[in-house]
Amino acid sequence: HTHILTRWRSTFSRSAPDVASHQPAEVASSFPPLQTYTEEEGMMREAVKKYAQERIAPLVSKMDENSHMDEEVIKSLFEQGLMGIEIDPEYGGTGSSFFSSILVIEELAKVDPSVAVLCDIQNTLINTLFVKLGTPAQKEKYLNRLSTDMIGSFCLSEAESGSDAFALKTRAEKHKDYYVINGSKMWISNAEHAGVFLVMANVDLSAGYRGITCFIVDRDTEGLEIGKKENKLGLRASSTCPLNFDNIKVPEKNILGEVGHGYKYAIGMLNEGRIGIAAQMLGLAQGCFDHTVPYTRQRVQFGKRIFDFQGMQHQIAHVATQIEAARLLTYNAARLKEAGRTFIKEACMAKYFSAEVATLTTSKCIEWMGGVGFTKDYPIEKYYRDCKIGTIYEGTTNIQLSTMAKFIDKEYNV
Amino acid sequence: MSGRVLVGVKRVIDYAVKIRVKPDNTGVVTDGVKHSMNPFCEIAVEEAVKLKEKKLIKEVVAVSCGPQQSQETIRTALAMGADRGIHVDVSGKDYENLGPLQVSKILAALAKQEDAQLILLGKQAIDDDCNQTGQMTAALLDWPQGTFASEVSLEGDKINLVREIDGGLEHIKINTPAVITADLRLNTPRYATLPNIMDSLMNNETELHKPNHRTSLCVGLIPLFETVAPEDMQGGTDRSGAMLRHTVLQSGLGLHTRSLVVFSIGIGKNKTKLGTV
Repeated sequence: HTHILTRWRSTFSRSAPDVASHQPAEVASSFPPLQTYTEEEGMMREAVKKYAQERIAPLVSKMDENSHMDEEVIKSLFEQGLMGIEIDPEYGGTGSSFFSSILVIEELAKVDPSVAVLCDIQNTLINTLFVKLGTPAQKEKYLNRLSTDMIGSFCLSEAESGSDAFALKTRAEKHKDYYVINGSKMWISNAEHAGVFLVMANVDLSAGYRGITCFIVDRDTEGLEIGKKENKLGLRASSTCPLNFDNIKVPEKNILGEVGHGYKYAIGMLNEGRIGIAAQMLGLAQGCFDHTVPYTRQRVQFGKRIFDFQGMQHQIAHVATQIEAARLLTYNAARLKEAGRTFIKEACMAKYFSAEVATLTTSKCIEWMGGVGFTKDYPIEKYYRDCKIGTIYEGTTNIQLSTMAKFIDKEYNV
Repeated sequence: MSGRVLVGVKRVIDYAVKIRVKPDNTGVVTDGVKHSMNPFCEIAVEEAVKLKEKKLIKEVVAVSCGPQQSQETIRTALAMGADRGIHVDVSGKDYENLGPLQVSKILAALAKQEDAQLILLGKQAIDDDCNQTGQMTAALLDWPQGTFASEVSLEGDKINLVREIDGGLEHIKINTPAVITADLRLNTPRYATLPNIMDSLMNNETELHKPNHRTSLCVGLIPLFETVAPEDMQGGTDRSGAMLRHTVLQSGLGLHTRSLVVFSIGIGKNKTKLGTV
């Protein structure tokens, strides 16, 4: 137990000289509740909340309808330092922690889950891969741009390989000091605006997944074709496109990490990205809930507020409990990761649960709003459409459950 | 000219919070309520930082008078671009009695101590709406004042100012050093970017000052007002001013120049309004 405490304290005091100012001094010496934030995290959350409300909220509806992320939003995300949260200031980043990223994603998702996913992929997948695996030259070339003006895309899925990711068919043939890549990818988020693509291709299909290698592909590479974006049910402002590689040449120095280790990196990153998605779904649920409860307190039927009907109260309290549970799972998974402890099972639980809670919350919120919940004049129906992808991308619910089961099986292996 | 600007920042209840009166009617509920920087103070900070970016001034110093939590407000100013902060520690009973007169005395003393060229304040705070601190500070220092500023430009050692007044816009030119109070349309405050927040937390340059008889910031913190809860008044239909005055005089609450009586008006069973006379 002391081990947990020292780890906690070291994260606690790392970024701020004093404990969060609202907490009395005794708290630091006992086990603080999960909703305890360092001063840095608290300030960031406040700043992002304000920014999201003022700069993003007015554009959400339009971006959803046009299926297009406003350039102003992308630019301001970079300006606010939200795209390089964990990147060292040496490379133009914010130099903050993983938990700060989680809080930022949650706050953004309360306003627009599409903006949140853009921020999530950049921070938890792209930036982390470069920071962990990049050579000094690669970091020099890309990290600065990733924190200031360039979006990245992570390219793993293909038409024939989604959950069965390692059955990917995109191949990379070695020639002297470069590789020629052929194949296609599907469901690639951020593709419309990305300046760099992390492409998982197999250098030796006969070796199975042990041939998968991660390649850094610049947008202007000849032979790289970005297909038309999908017309989606939800998360419409986030571009999702197919990619085609027609004999594209990628120099050897553009390999991220080691040849044949791509599968490891993919799994590793997705374990962390999972917590980011959990935060996105959590924010989505909370944002939807926050829009709905005030309505139930205003709407009067049969002489009283609809909130005052016991049937409504029970439903609302139930949903609030689910959201709280999702929050605790997500925050705990994030803190476990920060503390360097095993967190994969907990991350799976957080993502699986948050996605389910988002589905429940949004569905209920439409019912509580009644007729107006069903119209596009109110933001509720958008949350309802946006939530469904949570159970599908970055590891479907079934995959999460199977992964959890594997861990549980091991735990009882005496 | 030192090129130093003092910006006053006040910690107030957040503008979006629904204010509730305390059960004993002595004030409003502040415990556990969200606080943030007074919006007009934000505008003042933004203007100061803009002047620094235009290289017209050299240093922005954020000042806040209040309890320990005022340091959060100073940190927000630092995250917006202020160079350092001064926290004048006033807590407990003293804090309850802290008003524009005391704050202006503190600011005047600090301005002399820091050799400030300019003092930028918000025109008023959203909790007391006094609209007095800027004016009093200028008077104590015998400096010119440009209040309700909607445009500020420095020209050598003079300041061109546009003021929003009842009749429209007034253009004035004042000497420095001076006191300026910011009005709504002066600028749109920037967001504290995440990197700036990180920097502000590394910034350990917030001095702590405790005003007492030993320091130069000795100010008299004598209570200027008292809050009295009246006896229950019977609800009446006539709420005109004359009736009000009559009732107050009748109740024996004399109005002296140094006290401000705050009481609630009973209407039937519900006390609904907090009024001042």
